[in-house]
Amino acid sequence: MALSNGFIRKYGVIFGLLGIIIFFAIESPNYFFTTSNFILISKQSSINILLALGQMFVILTAGIDLSDGAIAGLVGAVAAGVTVATGNLFFGLVAGLGVGIGFGIVNGIIVAFAKVPAFIATLATMSAITGITLIYTQGEPIWNLPSSFDFIGQGNLLDIPFSIILMALSFVVVWIILERTKYGRHVYAVGGNIKASRAAGVKISSVLISVYAISGLLAAIAGIILASRLGTAEPSAGSGYELDAIAAVVLGGTSLFGGEGWVVGTIIGGYIIAVLNNGMTIMNISSYYQEVVKGLVILLAVMMTSFGKKYWNE
Amino acid sequence: MTEILKISGIDKSFSGVTVLKNINFSIQKGEVHAIVGENGAGKSTLMKIIAGELEPDGGKIYLNGTEVKFHSPIDAIHAGISLIHQEFSLVPQLTVYENIFLGRELSKKFFKIDFIDKKAMKKSALEVLKTFGILNIPVDSRVRDLSVADKQLTEIAKALSMNSRILIMDEPTAALTLRETELLFSILKNLKAQGVTIIFISHRLEEIFEIADVVTVLRNGELVGTKKIDEVTMEEVVSMMVGKSMKSRFPEKPIREISNEKMLEIKNLSSDAFKNVNFILRKGEILGIAGLVGCGNMQLGESIFGLRDFKGDVYLEGKHINISEPTDAIKKGIFLVPEDRHDLGLVLQRSVKENHALPNLDLFSEFGFVMQKKEKQSVRASISYLNTKVSSMNQKVDNLSGGNQQKVVLGKWLVRSPKILILDEPTRGIDIGAKYEIYKFMYDQALKGVSIIFISSELAEVLSLSDRILVMSEGRITRELDPKNTSQEDILKFAVKGKES
Repeated sequence: MALSNGFIRKYGVIFGLLGIIIFFAIESPNYFFTTSNFILISKQSSINILLALGQMFVILTAGIDLSDGAIAGLVGAVAAGVTVATGNLFFGLVAGLGVGIGFGIVNGIIVAFAKVPAFIATLATMSAITGITLIYTQGEPIWNLPSSFDFIGQGNLLDIPFSIILMALSFVVVWIILERTKYGRHVYAVGGNIKASRAAGVKISSVLISVYAISGLLAAIAGIILASRLGTAEPSAGSGYELDAIAAVVLGGTSLFGGEGWVVGTIIGGYIIAVLNNGMTIMNISSYYQEVVKGLVILLAVMMTSFGKKYWNE
Repeated sequence: MTEILKISGIDKSFSGVTVLKNINFSIQKGEVHAIVGENGAGKSTLMKIIAGELEPDGGKIYLNGTEVKFHSPIDAIHAGISLIHQEFSLVPQLTVYENIFLGRELSKKFFKIDFIDKKAMKKSALEVLKTFGILNIPVDSRVRDLSVADKQLTEIAKALSMNSRILIMDEPTAALTLRETELLFSILKNLKAQGVTIIFISHRLEEIFEIADVVTVLRNGELVGTKKIDEVTMEEVVSMMVGKSMKSRFPEKPIREISNEKMLEIKNLSSDAFKNVNFILRKGEILGIAGLVGCGNMQLGESIFGLRDFKGDVYLEGKHINISEPTDAIKKGIFLVPEDRHDLGLVLQRSVKENHALPNLDLFSEFGFVMQKKEKQSVRASISYLNTKVSSMNQKVDNLSGGNQQKVVLGKWLVRSPKILILDEPTRGIDIGAKYEIYKFMYDQALKGVSIIFISSELAEVLSLSDRILVMSEGRITRELDPKNTSQEDILKFAVKGKES
């Protein structure tokens, strides 16, 4: 029974993605079902998947990071601003990544030491960080980025878009961390049972702080890709992105109660969202309706996993 | 006596696995009928069928001679049968009387609008409580402020107020102190005198022999037999439960000399739960710490392991050590097997392997990477040493029986070659066969020189296993006893002593 339950949770989402792909492939074989379109989908999904991978660490510890979209926005602005000001891409990237990790650590400290529930803590920092972005940019987009900056989101390496390479690398690294390292085991354990983890000698606060730091780091990478792809750092960039990231994680079968999840699932969850967006756009469905459909699909998927779970547990 | 309930040919299986097979027995009006069996024998399933929470695949239930078919618990309640769950179905924020009338609130009309009539509900709740001799519950209190025992009594009152005259109680005493158990039993006797029939599931045989009139034994989903309690001995019930004759519930104590070598010395340990505790634990010794629930022995064990703050000094092998977090204790070779393994011992969603490895990842990993081979070898060794029954090491611990879960908790510490094991109620909620194995494990470890602090409220096992017994009462050690010339009554005397003086 345990097997079947895990099976539904794990592989149901794969069938979901395949189903959606088959549907669009039948509806639009000439535009949707092409190699170039799949590369486009991957490119479009890369930002969300990077955010989702970070979000996953946090959700595995039974937390949530509502601020990762806001961090992505601020990092985009800082990286662009510093690059323009110093004329050096390297300084821009270091500043951006530093800001992302820094705010992640702030989130972690608030959750681990001040014991503020993650939802409230990151809701507060989301608001504050959005404000800081507006202050930093004075509400104006940052232009005139050097072409080296644009490469990150727009360039190709060996014919593959660089943003896809970054996403794939992040996936591999996250998979190794969560499935193969001591630290990854600690993340799962803390999310599953914080008291038992403490009694097993796990340092709870360092695990909690680090998952938010990782979420901040991956949000920073996503933010830099976003600014680079647009060629400007918009002061409102990234807002609302946290919701798609959370949706991808949950679609992928990670439990919001912590302790259970699957990295591959998160990638598939991200792809489900991207394929839906892309396919519906190709089919000329208005973006207003797209949002409704996306909402329904997420709801349906989550209901199916929880129904499956209940059914198999009977 | 008249037959009130007749169970006839009940079958039940879940996804092809037979859980109950052709169960036949009857229950007389006004009797306390105990149902016993090992974990997995099918007791809870049978009770759920009687209470309408599950429907049987075959067979019939007769209530007062007529066949009844329950499709939901509501049907059973209407017929006068209520199941009192281990987890209470009370709303903590509401008062006792509001809970008793939950979903069928009394109301009065005011300008044609129904308003809740708190006064009438309170009055009626008090009447029910009075009729059945449940006198000590404050009906105005919020349920969240009540003790476990009072919550249970509230649940019973709720059932009675719904006119249930057959109460099914699933391990009602599991979380009660000795005194609360006594109170519960006196109330049950009262109920019985008023014609209420009680079906009682318990793991504690002593209790069954104290309260029950009849005992029905189940094993592997089959009925072994129904006996009048005064026509059967405890040993006979045990053999019926395990299916072979067991000479004793306890393995024979190995003959051994306990050296005078001090392993642990505790000096003036105090916290909010215990005061001025001093004792010495020798190498290879099993030191029992007995006491009633709430006497502070659990907190003492958790403090030595670093889970709770305390004042005082701890010496390990003569050296003063500082313990402020479990990590400190773990580094020193002091390990806790906690009373509540779900709360403190296991990460239920994770696998046997991961739970086993969690405190030992430093041993299994290099540069932060888990060495899969090393890890698996260790898990395998521990599973075979403890005879843990798992389908694979990747099985979720949530899906294991209590006994096997406990073996996972024990096994994870063995990897680090323990100096001191603090075992807090290690056999709680575990069936007899697994208990026996855990006792054997304790002897085995003690023979290897491991010192064991054995915290337990089951007096029989404390007496049988311990080399020395410390009795605690209200946070203080009231007596040291030699189990060779001590009886359960002696322990009890010193366990309640603090309360009297």
